[in-house]
Amino acid sequence: MLKGKKVIALGERDGIQGGAIAACARAAGAEVILEKTYCFV
Amino acid sequence: MAEGLDPGDVVVLLGTPTEDASRLYAMTVTSGDPSWAGALAGVALDLPVYHVTETAVKADIAPEDYDEHLALMAMAMDVDAIGEAVRSVRESVSPSGH
Repeated sequence: MLKGKKVIALGERDGIQGGAIAACARAAGAEVILEKTYCFV
Repeated sequence: MAEGLDPGDVVVLLGTPTEDASRLYAMTVTSGDPSWAGALAGVALDLPVYHVTETAVKADIAPEDYDEHLALMAMAMDVDAIGEAVRSVRESVSPSGH
């Protein structure tokens, strides 16, 4: 599902951060084209 | 940026901590911002969206990577409710769920 796909990683500070999602997506063979971690505090 | 992409080549992965936030994010990248507060109000990108803890995504991530980056936070979330919220939005846009 992820291999060869372009991934937009939208994380949240109080949840899973964008960098963590991106790391997993890259390791699964995806290309991360946007990585963000939002914070609403 | 997303408007220039083929939805078949793209996956949006969410790391949102709650069911409500997950539904809001998922709707924003599919049918448009439901709060009508941001730039994506009324913009239907129709992008396939998943929460990173959903089974279909987790199956593609090596267990050691999942454990290192995701498992700890996932334990603090109601991943079943979050997954159901994102799935319902995804399937409301595309019956096949992409």
